[in-house]
Amino acid sequence: MAQAFAAGLKSMDYEAVIGLEVHAELLTNSKVFCGCSAKFGAQPNENTCPVCLGMPGALPVLNRRAVEFAIRAGLASRSTVAACSRWARKNYFYPDLPKGYQISQYELPICTGGAIDIDTSAGSKTIRLTRIHMEEDTGKNIHDAHGDSSLVDFNRCGVPLLEIVSEPDIRSSEEAGAYLRKLRTLLQYLEICDGNMEEGSFRCDANVSIRPRGTTPLGTKVEIKNMNSFRNVERAIDHEISRQAAVLRDGGSLVQETRLWDPDREATRSMRSKEFAHDYRYFPEPDLLPLVVSNEWIETVRNALPELPDARRQRFVASYGLPEYDAEVLTARKDVADYFEAAVRAHANAKAVSNWVMGEMLRLIKERHLDAALIIRAWPVLPERLAEMVALVDGGSISGKIAKTVFEAMVKTGKAAPDIVAAQGLTQISDAGEIDAAIDAVLAANPDKVAEYRSGKDKLFGFFVGQVMKATQGKANPQKLNEILKKKLQA
Amino acid sequence: MSLDRNTVHHVALLARLELSEQEEAQFTDQLGHILEHFEELAALNTDGIEPTSTVVDLIPRYRDDVVTNPPAPEELRANAPARDDNFFKVPKIIE
Amino acid sequence: MSELLRLSISEANDLLSRRKVSSVELTTAALQRIRNSDDRLRCFLTVTDDLALAQARRADERLARGETGSLLGIPLGIKDVILTKGVRTTAASRILENFIAPYDATVSRRLFEAGAVCVGKLNCDEFAMGSSTENSAYQVTRNPWDHDRVPGGSSGGSAAAVATGQCIGSLGTDTGGSIRQPAACCGVVGIKPTYGRVSRFGVIAYASSLDQVGPMGRCVEDCARILSVIAGHDTNDSTSVEVSVPDYAEALGPSCKGLRVGIPKEYFVEGMQPEVEKAVHAAVAQFERLGAVVSEVSLPHTEYAVPTYYLIATAEASSNLARYDGIKYGLRRGESDGLLAMYRRTRAEGFGTEVKRRIMLGTYALSAGYYDAYYLKAQKVRTLIRRDFEKVFAQQDVIVAPTAPTTAFRVGEKTSDPLQMYLSDIFTISINLAGLPGISLPCGFDAMGLPIGLQIIGRPFEEARVLQAAHAYEQSTEWHKRSPPD
Repeated sequence: MAQAFAAGLKSMDYEAVIGLEVHAELLTNSKVFCGCSAKFGAQPNENTCPVCLGMPGALPVLNRRAVEFAIRAGLASRSTVAACSRWARKNYFYPDLPKGYQISQYELPICTGGAIDIDTSAGSKTIRLTRIHMEEDTGKNIHDAHGDSSLVDFNRCGVPLLEIVSEPDIRSSEEAGAYLRKLRTLLQYLEICDGNMEEGSFRCDANVSIRPRGTTPLGTKVEIKNMNSFRNVERAIDHEISRQAAVLRDGGSLVQETRLWDPDREATRSMRSKEFAHDYRYFPEPDLLPLVVSNEWIETVRNALPELPDARRQRFVASYGLPEYDAEVLTARKDVADYFEAAVRAHANAKAVSNWVMGEMLRLIKERHLDAALIIRAWPVLPERLAEMVALVDGGSISGKIAKTVFEAMVKTGKAAPDIVAAQGLTQISDAGEIDAAIDAVLAANPDKVAEYRSGKDKLFGFFVGQVMKATQGKANPQKLNEILKKKLQA
Repeated sequence: MSLDRNTVHHVALLARLELSEQEEAQFTDQLGHILEHFEELAALNTDGIEPTSTVVDLIPRYRDDVVTNPPAPEELRANAPARDDNFFKVPKIIE
Repeated sequence: MSELLRLSISEANDLLSRRKVSSVELTTAALQRIRNSDDRLRCFLTVTDDLALAQARRADERLARGETGSLLGIPLGIKDVILTKGVRTTAASRILENFIAPYDATVSRRLFEAGAVCVGKLNCDEFAMGSSTENSAYQVTRNPWDHDRVPGGSSGGSAAAVATGQCIGSLGTDTGGSIRQPAACCGVVGIKPTYGRVSRFGVIAYASSLDQVGPMGRCVEDCARILSVIAGHDTNDSTSVEVSVPDYAEALGPSCKGLRVGIPKEYFVEGMQPEVEKAVHAAVAQFERLGAVVSEVSLPHTEYAVPTYYLIATAEASSNLARYDGIKYGLRRGESDGLLAMYRRTRAEGFGTEVKRRIMLGTYALSAGYYDAYYLKAQKVRTLIRRDFEKVFAQQDVIVAPTAPTTAFRVGEKTSDPLQMYLSDIFTISINLAGLPGISLPCGFDAMGLPIGLQIIGRPFEEARVLQAAHAYEQSTEWHKRSPPD
């Protein structure tokens, strides 16, 4: 009956109910249950040992730092960190799961409750968290490589993961995107996850259902997997909402299932492997003792937490007088915010530094994909050097225009601004005599233009400025140039 | 509780065991008999009793986050029934 | 048989350190004995001649340098569920027929570092699931006292090999009685340590919350010496406990003066072999003569131990055995028919009937809709069983009971009725559920000349007290001096 009722509705009359499950790979040195390296980029199966290969007799031993990272995430998301939580085995067969079970948490996760505040075009909103639990990552199956075989690499198997589960508080793809970006920023601030969706260190599955607007019962839930960018998450959710609405409008019914997002076809499709009965048969992991977290441990972690993004954004507005937008952009990444503050400490013109960081610097960083890693490491300009350059502009030594050239040279060579300015002779010409002479030469060379100007064609002023700049290779102090040029043309 | 054939079939699929008709019938019979004998547990009152999942009741020691394993030696892959270079090879996985 | 193979560890140790005999001679005698007798006894799945002789030579070098050590140069056998690097380790299963262990179990490593010599890998029930060693995929080990009978199980090879002098001592594993029951059947000594006392790292898991490795030998002192080497905390096993390890052999003495001994009335049940009951009562009387204070005690939840054990153990086993999927190691079948067929056929052909039965039972006990009624219920009853022992141990120092209700049964007698087979563990499984140390040692023979086992159970981590009581009893009797017919 509900469906017959729903069939009369248009898609805008539906409300989406969305919950997100995020898997975040933790940036520990070693895996969660063995001493293998957790770094990316090794040769196939190089980072493996009897434990993470599921060899007979091998046993897990918990990495303390992985727990510490989970506590950080819990505290930063206002969750309750359990004094005692429990490991459980999630049993299923899959080639990337070498033991035939994944060590995870089930009944008693390490964190419960919690919330993430998001901002959308409609205002701000709080998305509640159901839980955060720890588990081990699986290996990687490489499909389609050799015809009728798949290949398995266990290098990622056993890398610690946090699974962060939201309540179904999300109502649109926009909210989903805002939540994911916020969550990623938070984890990056905590320096526990690099948040790289393409490489799979930050993954998202979405549970999507729809219901007629104004009603409360939940519709049939569909799980969507395989979305490896924020944009894909948003598109997949939008697609799924219209797909579900179309099914209901046509009087059809939805099945609870898992669907894969296909970014090339821009559609979701049902997963075939899920046709088998799934029953994970969770039970307490007998190879590990309960996970005990003392109050002292929690307090130690709490005291070492960095300033979190929301607080920092507010502080940037309050103490540097920056516009909201600047503060938002600068604090979206901890390393960028740190960079900004280091530069401002060296030269206290916050707005000018902000303009450089937000403008040229982030443009080049994006262009070069340096922002893929948690910490931008390959950026050659130290914050103190940027500050030094801004100080040269503020002190009148170089013009803003020349500054761009200097900045580019700094990026290319890593040298300090004063050295570049000196080596390339870029120091601004502020000497009135020198400018005078340059103007005189330009005016003398263009008598007709001078006449035109004097007869009322004001626009030509720019032409003269350009010619003088050209003659001085852009080094003329623009203010002085303007002053003197105006006087001469009026004379 | 007696066990029906369908349940045995389903459990065998969950456990990834291919059972012959004869095995399936035999297990239905034997497991049913065993479970029947185990029914006496149901009669025992365990209200308010905490389950025991381990008898060790000490706070565990955790491992330091240090890479201690060298790159995996060949003998860790040498037992594999099928390989492609350093990969483990399996029949094509269909998602 | 060479007299060398009748030596106790301390006697062999003495001869070795005085250079009266070399480890190579001792090892050669053991290997010779295995060659001469194992086609009948079928104790060994793999005889490691080359490894043994190399280890023996190294031991002789160490002895020549004046090094000492209670196991230095002593030939031992290792149950084939315990990994030994570079050596085939099968768990007596087809699924691991060609598996070469890529690393040493912690217990293997500790033995080898102590200079012990590994003569081979011992037969057992497949994945240690069974009470007769008949579930081995490869061979049926024979009881040395009567070749038509089983040696008990699952560590039947470890017990029979020691009884017949194929090695001086051995390692077994015990999940529900798998060291103590075969020790009883074969007339040797075997101790299951407290859960957490000995590392499980590198021990092929059957039921993780119950499995323990322990020594088997021809006398209590031999077991004490081996236990001192293998026990102790291991950073590779999160369930191994940091409790210091005493020198167990050092602490042995002749007296039981003042020892409070509890006799659980539930362990003398209808249907048990009268000779067993009689022998155990006689042993209790002997304890009294040695100065012990004996009282009857009650472990009221004993009758629930079998279902509790079989639900928990099979549930854990169903998960532990999921890794045998034909991908990383072991048998692979059916790959041409796709992934699902490969899983199902590999496991159908790789596992024997009892293993499949237990995987089925355990999978069922954990599956949706049955978890609470079976697995969770069993875990709660496990708590009650544990409390029974805690109550008794508030008053008693040790508990003395029979190890098994009967002496060794005939080959094939119980294979068609799994439940009957399960019931042969009734006196041993509670001890695993409670995680306690328990020893079995000979306390008599029945009319057929088959050995009877006496079980002594202690508080957690009180192996020393259990060994002391067992040693005092053993030294005051002659049972351990009898050998099976050659």
